[in-house]
Amino acid sequence: MPWCRRAGYLTMDDSLRELYQEVILDHSRHPRHFGALAAHTNMAEGHNPLCGDRVKIFMQIDSAGRIQDVSFDGRGCAISVASASLMTQLLKGRTVAEAERLMGGFLALVKGEDTTDLEPSDREHLQVMAGVSAFPMRVKCATLAWHAMKAALEHKGGAKTE
Amino acid sequence: MIPQPVSKDPVYDAAALRRDFPILATRVNGKPLVYLDNAASAQKPAPVIDAVEKFVTREYANVHRGVHFLSSAATEAYESARDRVRRFLNAAHHDEIVFTRGGTEAINMVASSWLAPRIQPGDEIVLSVMEHHSNIVPWHFLRERQGAVLKWVDVSGYGELDPGDIARALSPRTKLVAITHMSNVLGTETNLREIVRLAHSKGVAVLADGCQAAVHAQVDVQELDVDFYAITGHKLYGPTGIGALYGKRDHLKAMRPWLGGGEMIREVTQESITYADPPMRFEAGTPPIIQAVGLAAALDYIDTVGRERISLHEHALTAAATRKLKELNGIRIIGEAPAKGPIISFEATGIHPHDLATILDSEGVAVRGGHHCAQPLMRRFDVMGTARASFALYNTAEEVDALIHAVVQARRVFDNG
Repeated sequence: MPWCRRAGYLTMDDSLRELYQEVILDHSRHPRHFGALAAHTNMAEGHNPLCGDRVKIFMQIDSAGRIQDVSFDGRGCAISVASASLMTQLLKGRTVAEAERLMGGFLALVKGEDTTDLEPSDREHLQVMAGVSAFPMRVKCATLAWHAMKAALEHKGGAKTE
Repeated sequence: MIPQPVSKDPVYDAAALRRDFPILATRVNGKPLVYLDNAASAQKPAPVIDAVEKFVTREYANVHRGVHFLSSAATEAYESARDRVRRFLNAAHHDEIVFTRGGTEAINMVASSWLAPRIQPGDEIVLSVMEHHSNIVPWHFLRERQGAVLKWVDVSGYGELDPGDIARALSPRTKLVAITHMSNVLGTETNLREIVRLAHSKGVAVLADGCQAAVHAQVDVQELDVDFYAITGHKLYGPTGIGALYGKRDHLKAMRPWLGGGEMIREVTQESITYADPPMRFEAGTPPIIQAVGLAAALDYIDTVGRERISLHEHALTAAATRKLKELNGIRIIGEAPAKGPIISFEATGIHPHDLATILDSEGVAVRGGHHCAQPLMRRFDVMGTARASFALYNTAEEVDALIHAVVQARRVFDNG
């Protein structure tokens, strides 16, 4: 490890290892559906004033209320970027009602609550975020993009997770 | 100042001092607590805890009211605390010290009660880009409400503030220079004496935010000749909810009241009101009596250990931590002014400060990650936030190593997954 000569003796806490598992780090380094969506019908910005993180959610929703396309843009910590990236992977093709239900399930997941509302395949996809529940101070990071998504569904200009 | 290595100080024994702070025995995530968030708030030594307990157990009552025994004892304790603050800052007069809830209230008081009545639209307030929000927002109020103009003075890439830049920002319309004495993010200690001299030569008053400098530097308000100086108790190893405003006697006398209520009046009738003299004029309602007693004990504690010795110790820790952080790859220190307190802001490439702080916490190391209530400064250095390690009188060289170890751990998490 060229960045440090003294790394050999390190150990890692299990809950930390789960929080920063490879899937999370991969999404934070290489976020999916990243960048503004030119042809969007809905957009909202989420802002966490405590840490300054900002994320914009863009969606193209058709007249039947189905999400045709989705993307996000912004800066944030590994947790908030990975959460946004994982979210965009699930939203395409969903109805507005399905997206809201998905959000409810995700919030329960990161708070360590009952997730029976989540479809098994969705839960499997989002399970990598479950480690956040061991870090109450970081739940806001994980939910920022989801609150922005909900605000976008409601055509709101911005959402804050405080 | 060239820091002396701690090991060459035969008397300074941080390990012994740590035993005065019960909370430092805490374990976090199974590891010893390494508390390096002192710039946010310092921990409390037993003499402060004991002084508060003794006061509420034996001497407590409201102040300046009753004639009974306890009221007299409490009033004596409260006014002694004021005199303790006066001595700490070397103010000339007892009535130049106003107790507040903290540094924020002290600055707001000057904005609202001293400066607001003197502001015409277009009048200017000079401040630096490295101010804490508590020394920004009260002046924004005057911009929003009265048309004041904020004139921002930049710092160098190393975080140095050139007093000449302050002088150049002064104009015939400048009504106040509001400046930190030590940045809570960069650690930069400003040349307040020179800033005051330059401002006074143009007839401009200076308010200094001393919330950090009072903890780490030597403060003598008479020598500085500063007009207003704000401090907070909880960073000085004292309780929360107490701070003080030093104001030159003539300024305080010319200042309108702050909050209205009991204690701050001379006489109230149905038609009119006359106000008490300073400092009572600015202390409406029951003041933070218990907290004032705790603060006085904290200042006693600091002076018993010795401010200069504390400063040398903290400088040595800062120098060691800075050197060791620089040995790691991908670490950028933000703020390297030659005159600098024990506050280190740094960035780890590719790691958000909150992720860094979470990983450090898992190692028991408490640092602050974020914008540190200094968003204009974050923008100036083009960062979303920083991690900040800040040292106090009880920190040790071993804790510097724990910090480095934890930062290495964070790099490992992010580089290797």
